[in-house]
Amino acid sequence: MSRKPILTLAVPLLTAALLAACGGTTQGDDEDDGGPGTDATANPDAEIQTGLSFAMLPKSVNNPYFEASSTGAEAVATELEGTYEYTGPSDASASSQVSYIDTLSQQATDVILLSANDPNALCSSLDQARDAETVVVTFDSDVDPGCRDLFVSQVDSDEVGLALLEMTAEQIGGAGEVAILSATANATNQNAWIEVIEAELDSNPDYADIELVDVVYGDDEDEKSFSETQGLLQANPDLSAIISPTTVGIAAAARYLSGSEYQGEVALTGLGTPNQMREYIEDGTVTEFALWDPTALGELAAWTGAAAASGIVTGAEGETFTAGELGEYTVGADGVVTLGPPTRFNADNIDEFDF
Amino acid sequence: MPTRLRESALMRPLATWDAAVIAATAAFLIIAAASVEHFGTARNFGYIVLDLAPILLLALAMTLIVTTGEIDLSVASTVGLTSAAMGVMWNAGIPLETIMPAAVLLGAALGAVNGLFTAGFGLPSLAVTIGTLALYRGLSYVLLGDTAVADWPRDFTSWTLGTIGESPIPNVLIPLAALAAVFGLVLHATPVGRSVYAAGASPVAAAYAGVPVRRLKFWLYVVSGSMAGLTGVFWTLRYSSARADNAFGLELTVVAVVLLGGVSIFGGKGALPGVLAAVVLLTALQNALRLAHVSTEALTVVTGSLLIVAVLAPNLAASARRTLRARRRRTA
Amino acid sequence: MTALGERPAATARTGSTALDLVLRFRALGLVLALAALVAATTAVNARFLSAQSLRDLLFAAAITVLLATGMTVVVLTRGIDLSVGSVLGLSAYLTGSLLSSVGVPVPLAILTGLAVGAACGTVNGAIVHFGRVPPLVATLGTLYVFRGVVYFVAGGSRINASDLPGAFLDFGSGTVLGVPYLFALAVAVLAVVAVFLSRYRSGRDLYALGSNPEAARLSGIPAGRRLMGAYVTCGALAGLGGVLYAARFGTVDASAGYGLELDIVAAVVVGGVAIFGGSGTVVGAGLGALLLAVINNALPVLSVSQFWQQAIVGALILAAIALDRLVGARTARALRRKAAADAD
Repeated sequence: MSRKPILTLAVPLLTAALLAACGGTTQGDDEDDGGPGTDATANPDAEIQTGLSFAMLPKSVNNPYFEASSTGAEAVATELEGTYEYTGPSDASASSQVSYIDTLSQQATDVILLSANDPNALCSSLDQARDAETVVVTFDSDVDPGCRDLFVSQVDSDEVGLALLEMTAEQIGGAGEVAILSATANATNQNAWIEVIEAELDSNPDYADIELVDVVYGDDEDEKSFSETQGLLQANPDLSAIISPTTVGIAAAARYLSGSEYQGEVALTGLGTPNQMREYIEDGTVTEFALWDPTALGELAAWTGAAAASGIVTGAEGETFTAGELGEYTVGADGVVTLGPPTRFNADNIDEFDF
Repeated sequence: MPTRLRESALMRPLATWDAAVIAATAAFLIIAAASVEHFGTARNFGYIVLDLAPILLLALAMTLIVTTGEIDLSVASTVGLTSAAMGVMWNAGIPLETIMPAAVLLGAALGAVNGLFTAGFGLPSLAVTIGTLALYRGLSYVLLGDTAVADWPRDFTSWTLGTIGESPIPNVLIPLAALAAVFGLVLHATPVGRSVYAAGASPVAAAYAGVPVRRLKFWLYVVSGSMAGLTGVFWTLRYSSARADNAFGLELTVVAVVLLGGVSIFGGKGALPGVLAAVVLLTALQNALRLAHVSTEALTVVTGSLLIVAVLAPNLAASARRTLRARRRRTA
Repeated sequence: MTALGERPAATARTGSTALDLVLRFRALGLVLALAALVAATTAVNARFLSAQSLRDLLFAAAITVLLATGMTVVVLTRGIDLSVGSVLGLSAYLTGSLLSSVGVPVPLAILTGLAVGAACGTVNGAIVHFGRVPPLVATLGTLYVFRGVVYFVAGGSRINASDLPGAFLDFGSGTVLGVPYLFALAVAVLAVVAVFLSRYRSGRDLYALGSNPEAARLSGIPAGRRLMGAYVTCGALAGLGGVLYAARFGTVDASAGYGLELDIVAAVVVGGVAIFGGSGTVVGAGLGALLLAVINNALPVLSVSQFWQQAIVGALILAAIALDRLVGARTARALRRKAAADAD
């Protein structure tokens, strides 16, 4: 068996490769994208159905943020006399979410509320679910618009990016080096916000003296975010501010700053929950940060799903529906429903919030 | 031939474990089909096949490696690296028909690195493959970073997910079954298979009997790498997504099914049918638990416990038999 | 495994100067690598050697040093404990919730963490010793099981720094003479274990068990008690690591310590502990852990993409075991030559 194995293995493979080299399938051959479009028509006067089955599929269970969204969605399901399930993988990977989507579509769930781990990997499963009349509403983190009915966005990407930059500029007096501590490197939301920040820094003369020197990724892990903060401060001795557009990141960065010589010297802002950040507002590490209410986000997602399942909306731009006590919402371009501008938290108002 | 004799003696208690796993799997499938809603449908069969495909592909080669007394913990990272490399090649405009065999070849090369360090330099495979586990995963991040390549051609991705004509049989079942048959035949009906058992039972004896132990192990790592490359192709097309973190952590599941299937971690014992049954059992169990709304936490505990029980049960049974025999002898 | 037969039974206990030299070289090599890396990084960015930066480094290394110490004890017996990450998570969460809900004093919290870890270690040891399940399999299983228990206990809740008593957090972030308490504690534990392994009979028994289990048993070493002891020690130190984790990070959720086992095994292997038992020191493992921590902290300072981090760790593991093999083969040749010369 001296030389045989490599031949038996390599020869057919190489032949196949060579044969294929002339005229195969390459990137760009397959242009018919978009997936199933929304061809149904909406009936804005329809009543919201009761007795629907809802399932929320977060990026991963064991995450307080999604637990809060789940509370909101569950309240809506109960109000509509429907059933509710909170289910998902314990690791935040796209492949494990696929199995959960398959399961939910088999169980003929009426509404799936999904926060996606990958914009494309879930598409074929979602298409199957939607073929079986399941309404797919993404929230928090979207998939390709072709594979879901509606997306409930916590805030407009532009608004978040602008708010983050505005808070930063206020805190450092409009000039200095800033760095970003993000979540994972392919997190859809964070990357969209960072893009807005970069574009605004390039174009807005108000921010001409602010320089973005580094973007690092804490992977939404506390420990990693903590040591990345450490690395940022060492690599950039003249740093004026850190922007961390993720709840895990900002808490870790605040903890690092509060126990270091940089406390009060380097400004920190970003997206965080009041409960996690209260301590750092009180001790002066952080002046102001922002976030939306995840419970309201879950509520709105559930109302959106109910409205879609009842035929009130289909995802076309301009459709309107009433989301219970949250009020009236209008569907924007690409089937996006936006919760509203982020709330800013500082020493004056933080005690009014508990989440 | 004395080795043959010893082998069959070794195989006897194992044959029962093999049979037990197969029987347990069959019983579970029947019970689940009867009691869990949506479990016994053609559609669910398709989902189970797609879910078990990567585990099965990796477990086939892992069975041979563990039977020789070695281990390959780098398989899932090899899947990730080949998938990331596919993404890079696709972005470079290389046709998919070239990329797919190239990915398998890349897997083979990565396996050859493992083989070189373990069989070639005589280093412990556990340490080497923990090293390449980190190395290959790290390299896939270096290649693709945080990005995902997702625009795979629909013809290929829908074939991977599709079924044969109108039947409920998934397309991928045919190549899976063919590969399982090839590995089964090689392990159980060829001189190569006998060498694998001999090398695992006693490398020294095997070497004296003329088995080229080192060369055999080297090639097994190449085969394992190639299978991981193939899994990378499947994974990329199934999820239409080439990402650096693809198949993260899958090596633990693969080792779990191989051991659950009755292959001894010390080598020399094991059979493929048991491993196949274990793959089906684990995947179907997870599927049924999800359908039955059982929480994720329970899934984690079940996987871990199954793994321990798989090795613990035969040990306890053996010691119980020994005690019984001793007592009988005493009373006689 | 065939190769292991050729490996000299190199251990700290032998009086042979040649072997001592190799071992000292190993530690020396690690120290040199550490020094070179620190020097190179400092040349690029002088702040790397600032007091703050060094303190950060020691904070980062404390938990890995502690867990690597425990792992070494198990690996010496030809075992491995893959469940350390899960044990750390379980202990961190239980200690954290005990502190936040009941408000127990800090020393009691530390004891709780140790006890949780020791209990997990007992489970591992029992499965390995009484169940005769190979350590790799047993602890791979308990990796899942213990993590499942954490998920079960913690669910989606998270313990925040504001829930924990100030004294506990001060312990996590405080320093004595510029050295973090956490690191001082880890080094103290390492020193105790090092003395135990080299000076006490039961410590040296572990080397014997790892070098040749059969011979060790025949020579009357109580294998069961020693094995149980090793796993309980490793578990207890992982449990203590959980307490340190909670103190340092303040935030604990169900995923604390996820995937940590790989780093710990890497530190031990890089530190020159033979993965199949019988050879190596906790000092080496501690230096290995320190080296990995320095690499992790140096990469961002050197502006190397963090995507390289894992690849470098992997390459380092391969280099370390290849180096061991090389040194081992050379020593064996030297010993043979010496023996031949003595015989003349």
